[in-house]
This record gives sequence, structure tokens and C-alpha cells, in this order.
Amino acid sequence: MKYFPLIWATLWRKKTRTIFTLLSVVVAFLLFGMLETVDYAFSHPSNGVTGADKLITMNKYSVTLALPFSDVQQIRSVPGVSEVTWISWFGGYYQEPKNFIFALPVDTDSYFNLHKGEFVVSGEQMQAYRNTRAGALVNDALMKKFGWKIGDKVPLHSTIWTQKSDGSLDWTFDIVGIFSVKDPTQAGAQASSLLFHYELFDEGRSFGKGQIGWFEERVGDPSQAAQISNRIDALFANSPNETKTQPANDFTMAFIKQFGDIGFVLRAILGAVFFTLLFLTGNTMMQSVRERIPELAVLKTLGFGDGKVLGLVLAESLLLCLIAAAIGLGLSYGALPILKSVLQGVELSPKALIPGLGAAVLLALIVGMPPALRAMRLNIVDALADKR
Amino acid sequence: MFKQVAAVIVMSLQTLPQRIGASSVIVIGIAGVVAVLVSVLAMGAGFHHTLADTGRSDRVIILRGGSDAELNSNLTRTDIATISNAPGLAKDADGKALLSSELVTVVNVPKVDTGTDANVTLRGVGLQLTAVRPELKIVEGRMFRPAVRELVAGLGATKQFRGLTVGGVLHLRNADWTVTGVFTSNGDVHESELLADVDTVGSSIERNGYSSAVGLLTSPAEFTRFKDALTTDPQVKVDVQREPDYYAAQSKQLTQIINVVGKTVAIIMAIGAMFGALNSMYSAVAARGLEIATLRAIGFGAWPVLVSVMIEALLLSLLGGIIGASLAWLFFNGHSVSTLGGGFAQVVFQLTVTRTLIITGIVWACIIGLLGGFFPALRAARLPVAEALRAA
Repeated sequence: MKYFPLIWATLWRKKTRTIFTLLSVVVAFLLFGMLETVDYAFSHPSNGVTGADKLITMNKYSVTLALPFSDVQQIRSVPGVSEVTWISWFGGYYQEPKNFIFALPVDTDSYFNLHKGEFVVSGEQMQAYRNTRAGALVNDALMKKFGWKIGDKVPLHSTIWTQKSDGSLDWTFDIVGIFSVKDPTQAGAQASSLLFHYELFDEGRSFGKGQIGWFEERVGDPSQAAQISNRIDALFANSPNETKTQPANDFTMAFIKQFGDIGFVLRAILGAVFFTLLFLTGNTMMQSVRERIPELAVLKTLGFGDGKVLGLVLAESLLLCLIAAAIGLGLSYGALPILKSVLQGVELSPKALIPGLGAAVLLALIVGMPPALRAMRLNIVDALADKR
Repeated sequence: MFKQVAAVIVMSLQTLPQRIGASSVIVIGIAGVVAVLVSVLAMGAGFHHTLADTGRSDRVIILRGGSDAELNSNLTRTDIATISNAPGLAKDADGKALLSSELVTVVNVPKVDTGTDANVTLRGVGLQLTAVRPELKIVEGRMFRPAVRELVAGLGATKQFRGLTVGGVLHLRNADWTVTGVFTSNGDVHESELLADVDTVGSSIERNGYSSAVGLLTSPAEFTRFKDALTTDPQVKVDVQREPDYYAAQSKQLTQIINVVGKTVAIIMAIGAMFGALNSMYSAVAARGLEIATLRAIGFGAWPVLVSVMIEALLLSLLGGIIGASLAWLFFNGHSVSTLGGGFAQVVFQLTVTRTLIITGIVWACIIGLLGGFFPALRAARLPVAEALRAA
């Protein structure tokens, strides 16, 4: 530690150069932090569902193909399944297509029993929801987004379901309650959720009656999830509606993978950033050592050993990279709220920033090593004579 | 003046090899920025081209009103009959309207690279298919036959999804479907799809209706007449769009996202590269201190010096830009990928490094170079001659 002032002084020997190098490393780590958090978010998706005890059963051939509602009795009787609920894709938006609403028709009893403890709704509003046929429970974030209030009637346009009564695609709901999500890591995935009565949906639609989109199950013992999934699928094997049951997390992951190998794209970009950075910082360190060869020779004359000189140069490189990485990662942490608003429904974790510090150390060692070795191998006499 | 500028530029370029380390920082830094920028934008361009090249302006797509996408839409047999009687549709030799009633569904087929299921469009098409879509060509095997479980796969789909080669079998709802052929269709979005007979698909997924109808007009100008006839008919409630308009709307959102992300990342990288360029050019000016001072002492003006530094930076960044764009072209042009498109189904497309993108990349490179070269150039021009000579 006593050499810190010396290292600090040599680092700032050429102020402009150090500042520019520092700034470009800062920019690289800002990018590193942002891309890593996005990568982390995509590889650790949240699906608005808490826990490993949730399964999803869908049509084996496509989630867009329906399953018969009657399957529910059979699934309920599978040992290990503690609750089953059924949902259909409503495909709704409010006023214009860009205002997508994750509106889901749900069966009140089984849905809220399955997700027990995950949603916060006041008892009074829950009762109002049960009593109102066209009632809807709306996520607090969604309420805020459109400035809705309890008591509002909101028309949602379904891109799929026409109403039996008039053939219209517009469905009107009474907002009777607000719900929020207890687990903060799942809040983003639920931010545009609106729940309404499955009965209203099934009776109101002009086609598809008795058919549902997918089932959700809760299992008593998550370690049995694979066996239970197989048992459910075995029930419907060789029927016209074969099923595919998988943990809810796998379902979400498979969906995200459909967008392509996002991780590969992000890593390729980071690779390009760090490759160019190596040259830039490496060049700075090389120059800096080359300029002070006589000084280093003086240090050696004063009795600094080869190892110590090597350490001094490496420490300088480490200091430069760590300061820059800390600033860059700090900035990307500050940018998290912006990223969150761009990537709606994706939860970003600051955890992803930690590997950044490791990358900084690695960078410092790679760029610091060649000049440090050069400094170590200096021959005092030649160096003092400034024979490069 | 011009002569002076030329002389100084030649001189600075001659000494460039001595400053190779610092100069390569500009080249490599900018090559990195341009490579990333061009590659990401090539993704957006490829996706956009695939969808934008789909359809012709004399072809219309009819969906149920308010459905936005084929997958959501539902047309009854009566709707189809009304549509086929609308004015403006081309007719075949027997006087039947050139209209393909289609049923779109998605099926899970594993992706070649990840092995995870992806939503692949299975499009049931009517008998008029080849008359309505003349660009469709079987390049391997043969066309599917109606009334049996056979399908043809698009060339893009065969590359991205497992088991879609001729003779391959796709299991769907308790039945095996045989792949009898591979088709191309001008590289448009349908090459990501599977095509089969519409009624066979309908009976397989138990759907007694259609998703959409695609019709060929006698001329693009007939569109308004055709559309008005259907939208004023109280019997049907449909949306009528020209095919290119429908597919452009499907590509808009994702293309926009890719472009915004690509440019944001490139701007951040460009800022970093600019600091690198500043560093290199400052050290270049410092290394040439004596040379510049001597030139000034023998009567060269400040302008030639300034211009020469700027030109050096510009040439280095131009080189970086060309290298970066070439790398992007070399590695990624024609690279085939697939993603979830607007219609909830996979779209296979190729990264396309267009001439515009290469020019964009090189323009970015030059801007970074000029910004990075300006302040060092200013310092070179203002170098106090006497001091610089004495220091050496």
C-alpha cells in the first residue's frame, strides 16, 4: 500500500492520455454492464409465476391449438397435482394495437387457489369481483399506465374472439379491483395483466365453446414435477389432443429461445468491444512504460527488484482498469431504469454486473503484462543511457 | 497553399509507419464499431427485406375485420363465396376467380441449432395456389397432393428446423405428414413456412373455416373497387389489404427494435473509439512535434498542418471503416437465422449487408475519425514553434 502514491503519480504522468484511455474503458464497461444485464434477464426469465411447483399443459403440436375443457377432470385426478386451472389466450388491446393488454379469462376459484399468496387484492375488491359478471381485476401498473380508476368501464378489442351476441370483437369490462404482485421479481412480467371471468368469456364467445388454451397445474412436491408431467401427458397419448406438460419456467425459456440466440448476439458484440479495448489500453500502457524507461532504471538502481518493478507496472494497469470498470458499471447500474422501460416485462438484476469486475481484472492483466515484463527485464545500464 | 497541404500530407503519411502502434488503435477501434453497427443493422435489413419482398401490389389478402394477423382471423365458407364473387379478381380459363382460401396454424418443430420447439407456420392453401402465387417453385421433390397428408417445406424452413427434408415425416395430431418437396418463393416470408392442402389441414386441426383469402386482381388499380365492394357489403365483415402493406406492417415493429438497439450500441462504442482516436492523434502530434515545428519555421502555415493531421485521422478511420464493413460482410452476409415474427410464427431470414449499410458504416467511421482528429490537429497547428524546437 505504501507504493500507492507512486503508482498514482505514474498513472497521471500524462493526464490527457490517461483520461482518454480511462474514458474509453468506461464506455466499454458501460456497454458491458448493459448487455450483461440484458443477457442475464433473457437467460433467467420471469414469467409472472413464482416457484418451481407450477406446470403448464398445452397442446403437443402448438400452443395455438386448443384443448378440450373436459381434460380438467382427468388432470385433477392425477396423483401429485394439487390444483388445476385453465386459461385461454384473449389477444386483447386497448384502443390501438400497440396498447397490448395481457388480458386473461380465468376461473376465479382455481386460479386464485393455484396462485395463493402471489397476488395482493383487498378482500372487499375480491368480493366485488366475484359479484360482478363483467368485472375485471387489473394490475396496479396497468391502472397507472392508462389512468384507469375503479368503476371505469374499459372496452378491450380482442383480435380473436367475436361475441355471440353481436359478432363484435370489442368486449367491455368493469374495473372492480386492483391487484399487485407480491414477488417483486415477477412484477415486470405481470405489468400489463388484466384478469376477468372465464364464465363470461366462454358464454360470450361465438365459437370455440368448451375449448381452452392451456392448463396450469400446481404440484405438491416440485421434485416430482417430471413424473407428474409424464403422467398427465400419458392420459392423453394417442387421443386427437395430445398434450405437452412442462414446468412453467421451461415453457417461458422455450418461448424466449424462439426469438433466436440473443445471448450469442450479445456476446459477439461484447467480444468486439473488448478486442478493440485490448488494443487501445494495451497501446497506452506500452507507451507509458516506453516513455519512462530511464525512470524505471532509476528505480532499479535504487534497489527495487525485478519483481517489484513488474508489480508496479501491473498495479498501474490494474488501477486504471478497475477505476474505469467501476465508473462504467456504476453508470450502467444507473441506466437500469431506462433499460427496464425499454424492455417491458423483463426483470433486470444488478447481479449481472458482478462479472464485470472480473473482466476488468482480466483486461488489466492482459494489457499490463507485456509492458510489465519489459520493465522487469530492463538492463539498468542500457536503460539509464536511454538505449531503447 | 494547396501545394503546402499536399507536401505536409505526404510527409505525415511517410512517417506513419513509425507510429504504427498508435495508428493501429484508430483503425482497429473504428473497425470494431463499424463491424458491430453493420452486422446488427444487417439483421434488421434482412428481416425487413424478407417481409417487404413478400407479395405483389396486384395481390390482396382478406382477413376477418379487426383481426390484425392471419393466425387470429376466421372466415367462413360463406365469406369465401362472397369474396370470390367480388369484382376485380382475375379469373382462370374456367372462369373461376383466382383466390386461394387459406388456413394458417402453427406447429412445433425443433430448431436445428437449439433443439427447442419453435412455432412454424403450417399454411393450408387452396387449389388455385400456383395460379395465385406464380413465384412459388418446387426445387426438390414434388408438390403435395390434395386429400392426403402431404406437405411441402420452404427452403428457409428446411435449413432452420429439424426433419423437413424430402421424405421426412412430421407428426401432427395423431397423424404422420410426409414432406414431399421443397419450394422457393423469391426468398419471401413463405419460404419459412410449410404448405399443404387447406381442407386436409382443416380436418386435421378440426377447424371448419379459413384464416384468410389471398386473391389475384386483374390489375393493381382494381384494388379500390375490390375493397369497396367487400367493405360495403353488409354480409361480410372483412379487412382488405394489399399484400405488401400487410407484410410491411408485420415487419415494422421488430425492424424498428433491431435498428434502435444496433444504433444505440454503436453510438456508445463510437464514443469509446473516439477517445481512442483522440489519444492516438495526440500522440501522433507529439511524436511529430519537431517535424511540425521545423515546417512552421521554414514558412509553412498553420492551415496545412491542421489539414494534414485531420487527413491522417480521416484516412486511418476510413481504413478502419472499410475493414469493419468487410468483416461484417465476410462473416455475416447471407447468414441464415430465424426469429419469432409479427404473426407469432418463425420467420427465417438472411443477414443482408447492403450497399447502403456499408456506406453508412464508412460514414460513421469518417465522422468518428474527424471528431477524434480535430482537437489534436488544432494543437498541432497552434504548436509554439520556438519551444518545440528547443525541446528537441
